[in-house]
Amino acid sequence: MEHLINLFIKSIFIDNMVFAYFLGMCSFLAVSKSVKTAMGLGIAVTFVLGITVPVDYLLDNYVLKQGALSWLGDSFANVDLSFLSFIMFIAVIASMVQLVEMIVEKFAPVLYTQLGIFLPLIAVNCAILGGSLFMEQREFPNIGDATVYGLGSGVGWFLAIIGIAAIREKIEYSNVPAPLRGLGVTFIITGLMGMAFMGFMGIKL
Amino acid sequence: MSDKEPLFSKKNLKLLSDPLNSSNPITVQVLGICSALAVTAHLKPAVVMSISVMIVTGFSNVIISLLRNTIPNRIRIIVQLVVIAALVILVDQLLKAFVYDVSKQLSVFVGLIITNCIIMGRLEAFALGNKPWPAFLDGIGNGAGYGAILVIVGFFRELFGAGSIWGFHVIPQSWYIANGGFYSNNGMMILPPMALVTVGVIIWVQRSRNRKLIED
Repeated sequence: MEHLINLFIKSIFIDNMVFAYFLGMCSFLAVSKSVKTAMGLGIAVTFVLGITVPVDYLLDNYVLKQGALSWLGDSFANVDLSFLSFIMFIAVIASMVQLVEMIVEKFAPVLYTQLGIFLPLIAVNCAILGGSLFMEQREFPNIGDATVYGLGSGVGWFLAIIGIAAIREKIEYSNVPAPLRGLGVTFIITGLMGMAFMGFMGIKL
Repeated sequence: MSDKEPLFSKKNLKLLSDPLNSSNPITVQVLGICSALAVTAHLKPAVVMSISVMIVTGFSNVIISLLRNTIPNRIRIIVQLVVIAALVILVDQLLKAFVYDVSKQLSVFVGLIITNCIIMGRLEAFALGNKPWPAFLDGIGNGAGYGAILVIVGFFRELFGAGSIWGFHVIPQSWYIANGGFYSNNGMMILPPMALVTVGVIIWVQRSRNRKLIED
C-alpha cells in the first residue's frame, strides 16, 4: 500500500507530465486562458488517463509483448508484436475517449456540457498516449501500479493546468512587453513553474 | 498537379517558406510543442527528431490528400490517426535499425509524433482540401519550420549546458574553473524548464522583428 502512495505522489510531483516531460503542452497552452475551462479539461484528462493506462497495460502484457501471447498455446510463446504498440494504444485511446464521452453524456449531462469540445480532443492529447508509452517503458509489475500511475499523472497534469490558468488570469492586468504578450510570456511562466516543481526532485520516495 | 502550373511556382514555394517564419508551427500556430521541448537538450536528437517529423508530415499529407475524396467526413480523424500511426511505426523501426543510440535517447517521443498536433493540424487544415503536390510541400515546409526551432533550441541548450556542439567540445578546456579559468557549464540549460524559457525568448525575438505577429 505504501508503495502505491509513493508512486502516486511521485507521478504527480516528481514526474509531472507537463514540467518534467512536456506532455500535453498543446492543450496546456491553448486551453489555459481561464480557470474554469482548464478545470474541465483537467478533470477529463485525469479521467481518461485513469482508464486508458490500465487498459493499455492489459493489452501490452497479454497481447503485444514478446511471449505475452503464450496463454494461447506454446506455438505463440515467441510472438513479439510490440512494434504494433503505437497503433494499438492510439486505437484504444480513441475508442476509450468515445466510450467515456457516451457514458458521461448519459450519466452526467451537466459535466458533458461543461467539457464540451474538450472530450473528443483528448484523443490527440500527447499526455494520454505518453502515459501509456511511459507505462510500457517502465514495466510496472501489476495492473494496480499502472492504474495508480495513470491517475497520478492525470492529477499532476490537472494541477499544472489549473496553476497556469490562474497565473494567466492575473497576468492579463500586467504590462508585459508587446512582443512577449500571450504565447511568449506563457512559455516563460511555465518554465518558472517547472523550476519550482524541480524542487520536488530531491525527495526520495 | 495541374498542367499549367510549374512544380515550383511562386505559390508552391510560399507553401514551403512560410512555415519557416511568419506561420511557424511552433512559435505562431502553437502546434507540436510537446516533443519540441523534450528532445532538445542536445543537438543530435533534435536533428533526428526534426527529420522524422518532416518525413511523417510530408508523407501523411500526401496520403491523406490522395484519399481526401474517398474518406467519409465522420470517420476522418480515425483514418488520419491510422495513416499517421503507420508512418510513425515505420520511422521508429528505421531509427531503431540505423541510429539505435539516438532512438534510445528519444525514447517515447518517437511514438508521440503520432499525437504531435502539427501533423493532425496540417492534415485537417491543408491536406483535406488540396492536391497531393502542394500538400507534400506544405507538409515538408511545416516539418522544416518545426525542425528549425528544434535545431535553434538544441544548439543553444547544448552549447551553454554542456559546452559542446553535436557532441564535440567547443569551449576550450582551459576556460573551466577546474583548470584555473573563469567558465563553468550552466547545468540548468540541460534541465526541462530552460527549454521553455529558450522557446519563450525565441518567440520574443521573432515577434519583435515581425510586429504583425504580436498578440494584443
